[in-house]
Amino acid sequence: MAEADATAGTLGEETLGARHSPLGLAFRRLLRKRIAVLALTFIAVFYFCGLFAPVVAPRSYTKQDLDNVFQGPSLAHPLGTDGLGRDMLSRVIWASRTTVIVTVATLVTGGLVLSVSLGLLAGYLGGKVDTVIMRVGDVFFALPGLPMLILINATLKPRVVDQPWIKNLEDWLRVDGLPDYILIFGALSLFAWVGGARVIRSQILALRETEYVVAARAMGGSVWRVVFRHLLPNVSNIIIVGLSASLGAIVGTEIALTWFGVGIQPPTPSFGAMLFEGGSIRTLQAHPHLLLIPGSVVAALIFAFNLLGDALTDVLTPRAR
Amino acid sequence: MQGILPYVLRRLLWAPLILFAVSFITFTVARFGPGDPISVAMGQFRDPEALARVRHEKGLDKPLLEQYRIYMWGVLHGDLGESFRFRDRPVSDIIFPKMWVSAQLGLVALIITFGIGIPVGVLAALRQGTWVDPASISTFLFFQSVPVLVTVPVMLLVFVVKLGWLPTGGWDGIFSKHIVIPALALSMPGIAGVARLMRATTLDVLKEDYVRTARAKGLREFTVVSRHVARNALLPMTTIIGISLVTLLEGAFFTETLLGIPGIGRLAFDSVTSRDYDIILGLTLVLATAFITANIVIDIAYTFIDPRVRYGRSAAA
Repeated sequence: MAEADATAGTLGEETLGARHSPLGLAFRRLLRKRIAVLALTFIAVFYFCGLFAPVVAPRSYTKQDLDNVFQGPSLAHPLGTDGLGRDMLSRVIWASRTTVIVTVATLVTGGLVLSVSLGLLAGYLGGKVDTVIMRVGDVFFALPGLPMLILINATLKPRVVDQPWIKNLEDWLRVDGLPDYILIFGALSLFAWVGGARVIRSQILALRETEYVVAARAMGGSVWRVVFRHLLPNVSNIIIVGLSASLGAIVGTEIALTWFGVGIQPPTPSFGAMLFEGGSIRTLQAHPHLLLIPGSVVAALIFAFNLLGDALTDVLTPRAR
Repeated sequence: MQGILPYVLRRLLWAPLILFAVSFITFTVARFGPGDPISVAMGQFRDPEALARVRHEKGLDKPLLEQYRIYMWGVLHGDLGESFRFRDRPVSDIIFPKMWVSAQLGLVALIITFGIGIPVGVLAALRQGTWVDPASISTFLFFQSVPVLVTVPVMLLVFVVKLGWLPTGGWDGIFSKHIVIPALALSMPGIAGVARLMRATTLDVLKEDYVRTARAKGLREFTVVSRHVARNALLPMTTIIGISLVTLLEGAFFTETLLGIPGIGRLAFDSVTSRDYDIILGLTLVLATAFITANIVIDIAYTFIDPRVRYGRSAAA
């Protein structure tokens, strides 16, 4: 009850400042939820560490120190060292860089561009375009995701690695293991778009016949204008909610692929590889920090994405509750 | 009920076409890679002549489309091909016993998921506005967030090594202690989703007039909740069984590989690493068929459970 009153009261304030956009209002409402702020802070710290790993990490992720293997937490190594004496804190920070790259790239290619544009086009144009897009979606939806991803990564990788332009790009961007990244987010994107496109399409089907869309069309608005100026802003809420939900899933899938040995390859650090190294029962018994540290960081990140997704659903789609 | 027949027919007509596309994509991707099962099996001591001979025997030297045509002709006659790795045993002999193991495990996990998720969702809805509501949902959201790769080793360490309550991995049927760890690991990630949906639908039902009427005529709160609220709120739950099946399958990959359970998850992993094409293909086809059929059955069943649901073009307008 108190929360409802608070929302009503602040709504009054917010309408006074007419310069706030609906999304701005939603964002301010989000900041009023304590759990959402906590989740958002954690995600921000994680992405900051990932982006600036070369600066943030105290040591190199490959530097071995064979005199100090399997150390527990200490002043020199706040999270201990692994079996080769590599600093765990630095490895976790560099692994988060991998996660940052994979999530952002997958989101931009598959989660966002593909699902939004295909969903918009299928819903608005209808007819044959709709049929083709949605039937292709049915095929990808029916393909068992994880086996297919493993298969794609296992069989296509050597062909991608051998491409000279990818080598050049790798040198130019100074990102080690670029082919792995490209394969992973390429393969993830193939499967990531279907769910989002379906939801957006069904919303567009309802919006297509509303007065303002009919009016925009009657005034001679082109397909692009109607779709991007009139329809897109009205489904942006659903897009944001869908994105935050799929981020956690992307993090999990990257870990899964790497764990199976078809994702990010060593020495590039990643959480999947760390969970694999620390996951055997003997290692866990003797050196639990090797599994528990990367495990809890990943769990916290996915948890934060899930909590944020819940809060966003509350804020952006008030009727769904 | 007359509106549903064209819808069902359309879905049933599309199903084989989708399966056709699924098989072609899998076939192409599987054959596109470097190395084939023969050279993987022969390892570093391969003899080029023997390699070429076995390739010819298996038809691996024919053009891709020709290979696909031969394969699909076999599938249409109920022949899923032969395994390379398992000494030419028919694929169906290998896949189906393993599917039975995975299906049993999945069923137990599904029962746990819904058995915990539904009461938690109803409880959260009834206690809306108190701390119980967010706390219960967040707890299971946390369980959903921990990767299976972490939960399984930790459970092994605690329950097997430290406490000695449970046996290590392996499979010994549905009624043995071996099933506890995999079933828990598989069911944990799904509970939050079930609880959240159940909470949302329960909240909707609680506002209905018939619930107010039930309370007004003096029924006990337990009767109101169990007979009038929960039963009606359960209807939409059928729709997420299909999604739960996918989650289960993905979880089965890790759980079965980690615990040495002879199911399809482990089989798929072993087959990819050894390029056992026909097992991968057969598995993909069988799983896709099962998935498509399950979704059609769920959609149709839903119209019988809840007669208000109508499919077809009129729903969109």
